Amino acid sequence: MTGMIAAASSGTADASYFARAERREAWSFALLALPGLVVIGLLLIVPVGWLFVLSFIGKDGGVSLENYARLAQPVYVITFVTTFQIAGIVTLGSILLGYPVAYLLSQLSPRAAAICMIFVILPFWTSVLVRTYAWLVLLQRRGLINSWLVSLGIINEPIPLVNNFIGTTIGMLHVLLPFMILPLYSSMKTIDGDYLKAASSCGASPMRAFWDVFFPLSRPGLFAGTVLVFILSLGFYLTPALLGGGRVSMWSMQIATNVSTYSNWGAASALGVLLLVVTIAILAALNKVFRVDKLYGGR
Amino acid sequence: MKVPVSIRGLSKKFGSFEALKDINLDIAPGEFVTLLGPSGSGKTTLLQVLAGFVTPTSGSILVAGEELLTRPPHQREIGLVFQNYALFPHMNVFENIAYPLKLRRLPRSEIETRVRGALDMVRLSQFIDRPVDKLSGGQKQRVALARAIVFEPRILLMDESLSALDKKLREQMQIELRHLHERLHTTTVFVTHDQREALTMSDRIAVINNGALIQFDTPRAIYDRPRTRFVADFVGETTFLPVELGTSGGASVFGTPLRLPDHAGAVAAAQSDSWLALRPEKLALSPAASPETNVNSFSAVARETIFQGDSLLVIAGFPDGQSIAVRLVPQEANRGLVPLPGQPIHINVHRNDSILVSGDV
Repeated sequence: MTGMIAAASSGTADASYFARAERREAWSFALLALPGLVVIGLLLIVPVGWLFVLSFIGKDGGVSLENYARLAQPVYVITFVTTFQIAGIVTLGSILLGYPVAYLLSQLSPRAAAICMIFVILPFWTSVLVRTYAWLVLLQRRGLINSWLVSLGIINEPIPLVNNFIGTTIGMLHVLLPFMILPLYSSMKTIDGDYLKAASSCGASPMRAFWDVFFPLSRPGLFAGTVLVFILSLGFYLTPALLGGGRVSMWSMQIATNVSTYSNWGAASALGVLLLVVTIAILAALNKVFRVDKLYGGR
Repeated sequence: MKVPVSIRGLSKKFGSFEALKDINLDIAPGEFVTLLGPSGSGKTTLLQVLAGFVTPTSGSILVAGEELLTRPPHQREIGLVFQNYALFPHMNVFENIAYPLKLRRLPRSEIETRVRGALDMVRLSQFIDRPVDKLSGGQKQRVALARAIVFEPRILLMDESLSALDKKLREQMQIELRHLHERLHTTTVFVTHDQREALTMSDRIAVINNGALIQFDTPRAIYDRPRTRFVADFVGETTFLPVELGTSGGASVFGTPLRLPDHAGAVAAAQSDSWLALRPEKLALSPAASPETNVNSFSAVARETIFQGDSLLVIAGFPDGQSIAVRLVPQEANRGLVPLPGQPIHINVHRNDSILVSGDV
């Protein structure tokens, strides 16, 4: 590209030269984006479009809505509700657990924060499968947690912590927590400490200053984290499949069953399309709730 | 509201580093005091102690006779204006200024009236509904000021509040702040490293260096009678000439006996490590030694002349090699006085403008 610029600069700098230079800049940006666009186009838009088409094709090969009609069956309705329950609880849990951690990280010195950040990111370095089996070991009937609770006298009998709703939620919470902490941390990092001092000099107690100033300014991170965790939970497969022990049925598992057990691509596609539509609707709704677009616009 | 502030024996150590060394400062009710010093001198630390964000190692601050240090920051009733404004970005102009009033649970109508009053005071009434990111630097500064005065604080603190503004706007704001202070008479502590700003705005200036209070005086006294070499050097342009003390108590520079001012400080300052501090604008040039009895006259050689628009700076050299600047007003009457490079001249200073300062700190 340096060659192109050098060649062009030998000409006169008239209006057409500047127009050419501007076009060239636009093109170079387009070129930078091209590989990504190609990958997204080939690997995302085409398959999703294909699934979308498939979902409207019935068993006989003709256009039909039977795949969507099937979704009204109780088994799907129950799965649908369970999926959203788990996603909701996991998201809420990750906010409650992640917000204080992110706050602490944002207030630490850069050095201390870097060290603590390793512990947040560390789980990313091990596979989800390994971590999920680790939870299985910890949570099972004769697992570490149950034996501790019994030996401490908190409970008499081991309680079922795995192969159920609780186990699934704990496992997913663990896997998804960094996705809440990281965006929260990066948005909290940008909040100038002087804002809190200013609030304090205005007469706000530390608690008041937090709720009036810090919390609203951390909303972009909270929004990003919430969206990430919620949407990732909706499509979670591995953890609920292993820690749910077959008792927790999530949307993604229904899709898998339809494909691998029944080879019913049409039904699986309809499930996928519905999940996508609902996800987009939730994103739009969350955007309204958090008012991210208006955050820096005052009233 | 006018309250006196009395700072007593205030010290702050960060580890082994002494940020503040036994500061004693008495601020009169309604006074505008500037803490002036280079960066790292401790002036901002002192302001942070006043605001409550830094806990001192020892000492006491009495506001209207009552201890301030034991109060948490949000109960100190101190208005604070930051260098970077620190306006809440998620609130508009009205909400920012109304915030301290909301915290005090004032009725809505009173909040409205007070915010409008404060905005009038900083001449920003038409911006009441503006988001703060749609304001210029000067406007943000005014909003920050309005937010700091709207709840009628006992003390107003300003931390390098004007230094982010460009020169013209800064000078305009200095005058405006001064006028505002004349209306409100809130006891004000202003922190700056800009000596001109300090001279322009203050009732009194506290010069701080290395955590210690060096001199606390009116702007005129700070400028005309600096007590130490540091103060003379930091405030205004100064040339220092080494003073030799004679056995009979007389002082001389380059072998020429000095004629000293009448005021007492001059003689007291004449210690072993003394310097003659000369300001460029208080010097005059003549071809021959001045015959006047009230004038000290030193011979030198002109080196160069620098045109600065509103003044001409003549740089001259003494026999020992030290250079000195003389400021001439570039008016017609002075035309004949401008020497050529290499020309021998005499530099004259009235004995009352001959300041003796001590060399330490």
